[in-house]
Amino acid sequence: MRWREALIAEKRKLTSTAMWWVLAIGMVGYLAFIGAVLAFSMVSGSDATGVQPLTGKAAALSVYGTVNAIGYVFPLVIGTLTVTTEMRHRTLTQSLLAEPVRGRLLSAKLAVSFPVGVCYGVLGVIGLLIGGAIPLATAGDGAYLGDGEVIRVLVMGILVSGLWAVLGAAFGSVVTNQVAAIVVLLAFTQLVEPIARVGLSAVSSLAPVASYLPGAAADAVVGSSLYSSVGTGAVDLLPAWGGALVLLGYGVVLVVLGWRTTFARDVT
Amino acid sequence: MAAAPPFVIEGLGKSFGSVRAVHDLSFRVEPGRVTGFLGPNGSGKTTTLRMLLGLVRPTEGRALVGDRPYAEHPVPGALVGAALEATGFHPGRTGLGHLEVYAAQVGADRARAREVLGMVGMSEAAGRKVGGYSLGMRQRLGLATALLADPPALVLDEPVNGLDPEGIVWLRQFLRHLAEQGRTVLVSSHVLGEVQHTVDDVVIIKAGQLVHASSLSGLAELADQVTRVVAPDAEAFARLAADRGWSTHPVAGRGGTPGVGADVVGASAAEVGAACFAVGLELHQLATRGTDLEDVFFRLTGHAADPTVGEGAA
Ligand SMILES: Nc1ncnc2c1ncn2[C@@H]1O[C@H](COP(=O)(O)OP(=O)(O)OP(=O)(O)O)[C@@H](O)[C@H]1O
Ligand SMILES: [Mg+2]
Repeated sequence: MRWREALIAEKRKLTSTAMWWVLAIGMVGYLAFIGAVLAFSMVSGSDATGVQPLTGKAAALSVYGTVNAIGYVFPLVIGTLTVTTEMRHRTLTQSLLAEPVRGRLLSAKLAVSFPVGVCYGVLGVIGLLIGGAIPLATAGDGAYLGDGEVIRVLVMGILVSGLWAVLGAAFGSVVTNQVAAIVVLLAFTQLVEPIARVGLSAVSSLAPVASYLPGAAADAVVGSSLYSSVGTGAVDLLPAWGGALVLLGYGVVLVVLGWRTTFARDVT
Repeated sequence: MAAAPPFVIEGLGKSFGSVRAVHDLSFRVEPGRVTGFLGPNGSGKTTTLRMLLGLVRPTEGRALVGDRPYAEHPVPGALVGAALEATGFHPGRTGLGHLEVYAAQVGADRARAREVLGMVGMSEAAGRKVGGYSLGMRQRLGLATALLADPPALVLDEPVNGLDPEGIVWLRQFLRHLAEQGRTVLVSSHVLGEVQHTVDDVVIIKAGQLVHASSLSGLAELADQVTRVVAPDAEAFARLAADRGWSTHPVAGRGGTPGVGADVVGASAAEVGAACFAVGLELHQLATRGTDLEDVFFRLTGHAADPTVGEGAA
């Protein structure tokens, strides 16, 4: 069968241009920065706002959870690019000549996205450790890196990063215009979803809805939510398995949509 | 090399909404020959080739590579190498990088990628990003991609576009060489003259439908003989032509050619010479222009050879 070759081709498509390492550097840098900002704000406490600052392990957990809560845009974008660059640069024709079975091409893109996303997750954790764990350990209550719960949050953050990349590829198969796809992703992850999560959870009857947003579902899998720690009140998260199911649901819907539209079309 | 498959087009058709791009098209492309696939712009060549390669789904009929559709072969990319119009390259990838992306899928390795780049004269540019390539260099890279698997069958859509004269001559010889090795070679063009010296067979389409399919010599049989004359007494010559029932096209006089020139269609130089001699008409030039294939092509595709056509079309 041609599965192995299809995966090799997708891997080479990603590694033969500069984009993957540009985004990788972005992920490390961004998370080091976010980790540092969060860690210092917790370490220094904030009596002024009157909000009870997190301390100890809770502080460490909310910093480490940002691999997912903040960093998810990077694996999403790289996943999306696996599909959208083919449209943008009109390489889809050549890709389909090499692998005319479209289901295999799409599957290979989804499959390769997972390990790529996992790599981004590892890089994100490295960034957080540099930016966040050092101040926590030196000026705060400790980095808690040996703690079972902390290790679980870090490992799940890395795995969920893989899932984000797969979701990104699925999303790219629906929104194939590269610029539009990236704008939508940035707007959704950096603006729409954070506002929606805070807004929905402020209205008690709508609060459960917030837990079905993709970022909240991922938080549930990881087991840490930045939102529950920054004092916007209690945010209900689904159980970890529920969050995983919700993410899977988003993925299935997107893949089916992409399969029925983009991958069903004539390539002219 | 695997046995070269023929291409079999059977009652093929494609409509894009209300646009009927291809309709009821049937022809065969045989191994061991170079086949020219000809037609004016928008006649459906690219659409047909894309249907043959499984990129566009036909709305009627089918297109087969050998005994089955392209996608149903065990390793399609190793059986048919193709370079299609409007195929892009990632500008941030090097030429070699581009080939390496697809190499595994068609059963080629890195050494073969370098080899095909050498074959198309692109060794120097192997490590440069495609974003900086010229049109002709992209065309060559597309050709290299098609050759990657050393495939027994080739489909090249307008491969001459953007090539320099040297490249065109090289490509002609190369395609002849591939066909002599027994491969199936299908080359599209909107200009017969571009492939006239390369092809064994021609398939001509117009508005998505077949108008002619034969060997090149079969096409030549459709052509009228053309005789070029230059007569100082244009009026006398016109009377003679009318007398004899010859159809003539005026030919603009070139520098150093006094008198009025004309191409006589359907009469040999001997006939024209004898007739002029008989009436005592002076001729400054009498030459066989040979059969004008381009003219047949224009006739078949509904375009007159007359360059003024198109200006007053509306
Ligand atoms: N995706 C599409 N949507 C709508 N119409 C299309 C599409 N692709 C091709 N067509 C139409 O189909 C017809 C045939 O186009 P095609 O590209 O096959 O012609 P061609 O013979 O390759 O022309 P050229 O010599 O210019 O390359 C044209 O009328 C074109 O407008
Ligand atoms: Mg074309």
